Amino acid sequence: MSQFIDMILLAFLIVVAVAVTRTLNLFATAVLTGVYSLLMACIFTVLDAVDVAFTEAAVGAGISTVLFLATLSLTTQREKAHHHYNWGALATALLTGGALVYGTFDMPHFGDPNAPIHQHVAPHYIDVSPTEIGVPNMVTSVLASYRGYDTLGETSVIFTACMAVLLLLQRERRGGASSALEGPTDEQSMQHAMILRVQSKIFIPLILLFALYVQFHGDYGPGGGFQAGVIFAAGIILYALVNGLEKARAIIPPNILHGLVAFGLLLYAGTGLASLFMDGNFLQYRALAHEATHGEHLGILLIELGVGITVATVMTSIFFSFSGRGRS
Amino acid sequence: MDSIIHYASWFLLSTGAFFCAVGGLGILRLPDFYSRQHAAGITDTLGSSLVLIGLMLQSGLSLNAAKLAMILLFLISTSPVATHAIAQAAKQSGLKPKVSAEEDEA
Repeated sequence: MSQFIDMILLAFLIVVAVAVTRTLNLFATAVLTGVYSLLMACIFTVLDAVDVAFTEAAVGAGISTVLFLATLSLTTQREKAHHHYNWGALATALLTGGALVYGTFDMPHFGDPNAPIHQHVAPHYIDVSPTEIGVPNMVTSVLASYRGYDTLGETSVIFTACMAVLLLLQRERRGGASSALEGPTDEQSMQHAMILRVQSKIFIPLILLFALYVQFHGDYGPGGGFQAGVIFAAGIILYALVNGLEKARAIIPPNILHGLVAFGLLLYAGTGLASLFMDGNFLQYRALAHEATHGEHLGILLIELGVGITVATVMTSIFFSFSGRGRS
Repeated sequence: MDSIIHYASWFLLSTGAFFCAVGGLGILRLPDFYSRQHAAGITDTLGSSLVLIGLMLQSGLSLNAAKLAMILLFLISTSPVATHAIAQAAKQSGLKPKVSAEEDEA
């Protein structure tokens, strides 16, 4: 039965991927990429990888679709149609694809317990993580503790992306150009947005509360800093969409927002440095407290908080800087 | 009692699936944006809530049922608002609903 569901989901995935390449309307393409991510999230759920599914649903289907749409408000809605075919490119793509498929023949079968990846460090993590780290969600203990360096790297990547976007888009402000995302101003559009405003007033607190739950429940169930940050940012972006950018900027002034982007990453790296100064290795949280598991808990809590703060503020400031630019 | 709940749940699940299919058919076959929006609304509200209630009956009195109830509350309050917002945006951007069949040829 599960294989049947897999097949249907993968078939949908191929259809959506082809549709993404064929569609010329860029709004439709943005929504289709969201659908693609949602299907991927379903496949991850079927494979019991709920943490990854959660991230894919929140990041891929949720926030990146919103960021795509915010980008599209600055550009055109339609892709230029190409009427000639580039046979060389087709041949290259087919050759590369064929080589990759040929390469997969040598790989271990799907779900093979004797595959090298299941024989390397994974058994050790599964055996000792409940006693060594003491966190019920094994994904969190691998991601935040055993693989703390990698996660620090990922957080730095997000930070760097945010810096690049801000450097490229932040130059405009002093001209006072009209924003692409103006809040409802006149009487009529105020009334049109009435239902949305009432609805969002009920739901934004719940969204933010859910984000905090995901943040601090990550040790016990699926969730953690990445998902929580994205959900928190979604709440703020919803507020900006309904009430206008100016009011959202009034709630979180850009200088505080940009400060928090750096603060999250510094909190992460600082936790690592603290454990270095308390007779441990870099990011070896057991040094943070007298008892090893207490130290691990504290360290994971702090670095997840750092990740959450950075991700939430990065997403928010990328959205603000895209939608804050005037329509050219 | 158990079998009654079981059959009720399957009845709800299959009617929910039926309305989802009807909504999908409507999106493909109905003539203009606003009527397609109506069809999509059926999938969003009636289809998904029937499926969710069916699943709640399947899971009995448990934490899962409570979670499903919360998803149901969230869906029945956000989906109509989303439908409203999309239709409103279409109206503001100047899309006129199709009123009669003659406009097809015009």
